[in-house]
Amino acid sequence: MNDWVDPFVEFAFMRRALVATLALSLGSAPIGCILVLRRMSLVGDAMAHAVLPGAAAGFVLAGLSLPAMSLGGFVAALLVALAAGFVTRSTPQREDASFAAFYLIALALGVLLVSLRGSQIDLMHMLFGSVLAVDDAALLQIAGVASLTLFMLAAFYRPMVLESFDPGFLRSVGGPGASVHMLLLVLLVGNLVSAFQALGTLMAVGLMMLPAAAARFWVAGLPGMAALAAGIGSACGAAGLLLSYRTDLPSGPCIVLSCGAVYILSVLFGRRDGMLWRLLRPARHLAG
Amino acid sequence: MRSPFPSRRSLILCSACSALPAQAAAAQPARPRIVASFSILADMARELAPEGAEVSALVGPDADAHVFEPSPADGRRLAQADLVLVNGLGFEGWIDRLVRVSGTRGELIVASDGVQPRRAGPAADPHAWQDLALARRYVANLSAAFARRWPAQQEEIARRQADYLSRIDRLDRQVRDRLATVPRAQRRVITSHDAFAYFGAAYGVDFMAPQAWTTHSEPTAAAVARLVRQIRAGGVRAVFIENISDRRLVERIAREGGARVGGTLYSDALSKPGGPADTYLKLFEHNARALADALASPP
Repeated sequence: MNDWVDPFVEFAFMRRALVATLALSLGSAPIGCILVLRRMSLVGDAMAHAVLPGAAAGFVLAGLSLPAMSLGGFVAALLVALAAGFVTRSTPQREDASFAAFYLIALALGVLLVSLRGSQIDLMHMLFGSVLAVDDAALLQIAGVASLTLFMLAAFYRPMVLESFDPGFLRSVGGPGASVHMLLLVLLVGNLVSAFQALGTLMAVGLMMLPAAAARFWVAGLPGMAALAAGIGSACGAAGLLLSYRTDLPSGPCIVLSCGAVYILSVLFGRRDGMLWRLLRPARHLAG
Repeated sequence: MRSPFPSRRSLILCSACSALPAQAAAAQPARPRIVASFSILADMARELAPEGAEVSALVGPDADAHVFEPSPADGRRLAQADLVLVNGLGFEGWIDRLVRVSGTRGELIVASDGVQPRRAGPAADPHAWQDLALARRYVANLSAAFARRWPAQQEEIARRQADYLSRIDRLDRQVRDRLATVPRAQRRVITSHDAFAYFGAAYGVDFMAPQAWTTHSEPTAAAVARLVRQIRAGGVRAVFIENISDRRLVERIAREGGARVGGTLYSDALSKPGGPADTYLKLFEHNARALADALASPP
């Protein structure tokens, strides 16, 4: 038992890392679940790449400043989301194609901007930050964004769920369809930006999508799924940190790989549509 | 660190130097020419050499002598040098080969001659210039070599030597006074440099290397925990770690262990001209101040 608790008792950086991953899980798990249910799972990944040019622009303008880079990343990702949304609405092109197009443009722009400044290494460390180096400012930002996310989801839960599953109905009853969709994207980008300094851009998406995708194999409704996803994310955060502590392996990948392990187990053994259950009880599914 | 391309290096050397001795013999240099292996030695030579001497360094300011790649121009400068100054004690692993192939007529002067070397593992620790008392030895060796080579300017050389030595002695007292403000038991530092054993022995500072810290691109929780424990257990007061590129992580580690993050320590090279350590004496003063400042106040 003590083996599990001691590192967190002895070291403040472990406690900070744990709190950061807990807060990240709470905020981004519900977002991830909505994305999974809406079949927008890859949008998170696209947004993570779209953060790059903004963070790079913030870096070029203001140096290694966390607020400048966060704000830049936030604005850049929102612009990509807006542009993709605009093209989707005004042309026959589907959302996935327009998101892919704009995030690739943003990614190339980001790489270009990064290479304009000499010290790429610093920027790369900023972009692929470490959960072990979470300072007060980062912790406050992560906790603030998580709180705001939960509050907004609670306040706009009904229109957001309606817009996710039946956008036509929402529009027919005069609901705020486009603005709710926009709110989802704002929350998505906000969570990614607050996570990218703790886990790095790529790892941040892992903590958002993997628990959500895993939870889908256990629970049906969105509230239950979001709660389970948040639980999985938190547990995997703690497990990944302990793994990194015990085995001397980098902590970011340890956390995301823990989530990955839970996902694989869920795919195999999940109560809802898990492979094992489908093999054992094919009749129910034939009947259904 | 050794160059991973020994064959390429020897190739450069051969092509650079094969034609040079003949050239050097033809053009008799008018001014005394001195080539030092690295910037700190070149700065000492500038202080001591007779008026009008041309002093250059093979490994310049802010450059790493361990990964030095000689250029054709270096070969030419060596070939035309009257004196070639090296630190010795194994600091310039590459110099013997370079001097041999350059066909220089200049005498090879080992600045650390007569210094009782400290051991660093199986080999000698070459960083003897990090002790001002041993730097006196360097000064004596260089001055003697200059006087031997240019006997006409002996008096000038002796005058400059006396002046330089008095400045070295004054700085030595300053450094001791500055560090004396910190109790001896609190002078404990972790640094990623391996160059400060002479400094530590001379001025009573314990330098420790970060334990089992490898420069992964991503830090591990275990490595961070080890470092924090080492700081706590060793009563370390200041941390000078420059091979962790994430500044925030160094701050976190230091704060958690109860130590301060120190500034830059210059070990093997001067800073660029205009920088905080562009001469040997300024380098030494800068290091002493950085250490005393970081050790002085509790975090």
